[in-house]
Amino acid sequence: MIPLVYNARSMMQRPVSTTFTAVGIALVVAVFIGMLALGQGLRAALARTGSDRNALVLRKGADSELASGIGRDAARVLAASPHVATGTDGRPLLSPEVYVLVPLPRPNNPTAVANVVVRGVSDQAWSVRSNIQLVAGNRPTSGRMEICVGRKLLGRFEHLDIGASLHFAGRDWTVVCHFSAAGSAFESEIWAENEQVMPLFRGEVFQSITFRLKDAGAFDDAKRALEADPQLGVDVHRESDFYAKQVGILGIMLSVLAFGVTGIMAVGAIFGAVNTMYAAVAARTPEIAVLLTVGFRPRQVLLSFLAECLLIATVGAVLGALLALPVNGIVTSTTNWTSFSEIAFSFRVTPLLLLLGIAFGVVMGVVGGFFPAWRASRLRVIQALR
Amino acid sequence: MALVEIRDVYKSFQRDTQRIDVFTGLTIDMEAGSFTALMGPSGSGKSTLLNLIAGLDKPTSGVVRVAGAEVSAMSPGELAAWRARNIGFVFQSFNLLPVLTAYQNVELPLLLTHLSGKERVERVRIALDVVGLGDRGDHYPRQLSGGQEQRTAIARAIVADPTVILLDEPTGQLDAKSSQEVLTLLQRLNKEFNKTIVIVTHDAHAAERAKMTLHLEKGDLVEKRAAVSGAAR
Ligand SMILES: Nc1ncnc2c1ncn2[C@@H]1O[C@H](COP(=O)(O)OP(=O)(O)O)[C@@H](O)[C@H]1O
Ligand SMILES: [Mg+2]
Repeated sequence: MIPLVYNARSMMQRPVSTTFTAVGIALVVAVFIGMLALGQGLRAALARTGSDRNALVLRKGADSELASGIGRDAARVLAASPHVATGTDGRPLLSPEVYVLVPLPRPNNPTAVANVVVRGVSDQAWSVRSNIQLVAGNRPTSGRMEICVGRKLLGRFEHLDIGASLHFAGRDWTVVCHFSAAGSAFESEIWAENEQVMPLFRGEVFQSITFRLKDAGAFDDAKRALEADPQLGVDVHRESDFYAKQVGILGIMLSVLAFGVTGIMAVGAIFGAVNTMYAAVAARTPEIAVLLTVGFRPRQVLLSFLAECLLIATVGAVLGALLALPVNGIVTSTTNWTSFSEIAFSFRVTPLLLLLGIAFGVVMGVVGGFFPAWRASRLRVIQALR
Repeated sequence: MALVEIRDVYKSFQRDTQRIDVFTGLTIDMEAGSFTALMGPSGSGKSTLLNLIAGLDKPTSGVVRVAGAEVSAMSPGELAAWRARNIGFVFQSFNLLPVLTAYQNVELPLLLTHLSGKERVERVRIALDVVGLGDRGDHYPRQLSGGQEQRTAIARAIVADPTVILLDEPTGQLDAKSSQEVLTLLQRLNKEFNKTIVIVTHDAHAAERAKMTLHLEKGDLVEKRAAVSGAAR
C-alpha cells in the first residue's frame, strides 16, 4: 500500500484548499446533524408526553382534543369503569380535561401572537400524569383562578413569574406554580382547574378524559369495552400512541428539510472536494508516474487518492460534529399541526446522530474523491513523463 | 540466453493523422551483468526502448523478454507486480516524492514485498550506504543537491535487488562533478554487485564508463561497440 503519510503530508502542502474543502464538509455535516437533532427533539418531546399506562378518551371520530367533546354524564360513567385504576385514597385516577387554545402576545413583538394550550385538569391529573413535577410554587387551589405554567413557556412569554397575573379569556389568572414534565409537550402548556376554565369557553363539556389503566396490558380490553358502549360514544387511545402520532407530518417535513437542504449543500461541498482532488491529481502527475513505475498498481494509486480525500472529509466531518454539539439542549418551538398549539422542545444531538453525520461526511469524501482518484489511476506513465 | 532479449520489435506511435515508426524490427541482446550505454540523437527511440524493457509501454509487434519472462505479453496488473520485483528505474528528473524523506522514498519498492519492518530498515540502510547517503535518510528531496537526489533515486532502484536497472539520462541535469559521482557509483554497482545496468546518455564520456555502447539512429542499431576504457577504470 502507498503509505498514508504520503497523503497526509501532501494535504499539508496545500493547506488552503485542504482547509476550504474540510470546512465545506464540516458545515454540511453540522447543518445535517442540527436538522436531524431538531426532528429528534420533537419526536422525543411528543413520545415522552404520553404514557403507555394511560388511556386518552376522545369523542368518537375526533382525532384531536380540539375537535372533541365529552359531556359530564359520560365522564361519570367512565369514572365508574372497572378499567380505571384507583389511587391510594380510593378515588379513580382519572382527569376530565378542558382543552383550549389561548393566543398570548409574544414579548418582543406584541402584534404577533402564539397559541398556547390551556388545559383545565382535575386534581387527579397530577397523579395520572406521573411525569409531572412542580419546580416552583404550589398547585392551584380548587375554586380559584390560579394557573400552573409549563417550564418551557418561561422566558418565551411575559407575566409568567410566580405571583404574576396573566390576562386571558377576559380574566386575570394568578401564576402559582411552574412544572416540568420530563421535557414533554406538557411543558408547553398552562394548567388550571377544569371547573374554572370550562365556563369561560365552550360550556358544559370536557374535551378529553385521561385515566390510568388498572392493567396496562389490558388496554385492548378497556378500549373494546368502552368503545362498544353507545351511550359513551368515545374513542379510546393509548396516551403514548396518541402523542407519538402527532409527530406525523411535522416529523416528515423536518426530515425532508434535513435531507433536502443538506443534500443541496452537500452537492456544493462535494464539488469543492472534486475540484481540490482534481487539482491535486494534476499537480502530482509526475509523482503518480513514479509510483506506477516503482510497481504500485493502478488500484493502489486509486485507493491512495481516495484515502486522501477521505482523510480530508473525515477531518471535516468530525469538525462538523463538534460544531453541531453545542446546539444540543437549545430550546426551540414550532406549531404542532395536529393540535394547532405551539410546542417547545430541545434539539437532541444523540450519539447516533453524530455517527450518522460523520458517516455522511465520509460518504461525501468518497463521492468527491472517486473520479479524481480514478483519473489518477488511469494515468499512463509514458504519457505522464512526456 | 541473454538476460534482456529484444526480438524483431516494431513500435509506432500515432500522433494525430501521422504515424511515427520508432522501431522497425529491432533486435538486441543484453547479457546478465552487462553495463550498456544507449546513445543516439534525440528522437531516436532511446527512452522508448527503456520503456519497453520496463514494461511501461508495449511493442506494436515483436517480443521483449527479461530473464525469460515475456514482458510484452503481460497484463497491466501482472506488469506492476513484475516491475516491482525486476526493474529499478531512474528518470532524468523528478524521481522522488517531495513529501517523503530520502529514507521513505527508498523504502517505497519494499512496501510491495513481504519483507518485515526490520528487514526493510536494514535494506534501506544498506542501499543508502551504497550510494553514499547513509547520513541523509531523514532529509527531504528539497534538502538534497541534484546529485544526491539522483543517488537517492539509484538507491531506490537497487533496494529491492531487481533484475535490471534502467536509467534514462540520469546525469542530464547534473553538473560535471555530480555526474562523475553518479557514473562512478553505477560502475561500482556493476562491478562489485554484478548489477545489470542500461543507461541512456548523450555524453560520450559517460558512455565510456559502460562496458558496451549501443548507438541508435532513427530506431536502428547502427553501432555496437565494446568499450575498452570502461572496464579498465
Ligand atoms: N507517447 C508518444 N506518443 C507519440 N509519439 C511518441 C511517444 N513517445 C515517443 N514518441 C516519438 O517517438 C520517437 C522516439 O522518442 P523517444 O524514445 O523519446 O526518443 P529519445 O529518448 O531517443 O529522444 C520520437 O519521435 C517521439 O516524438
Ligand atoms: Mg528520451
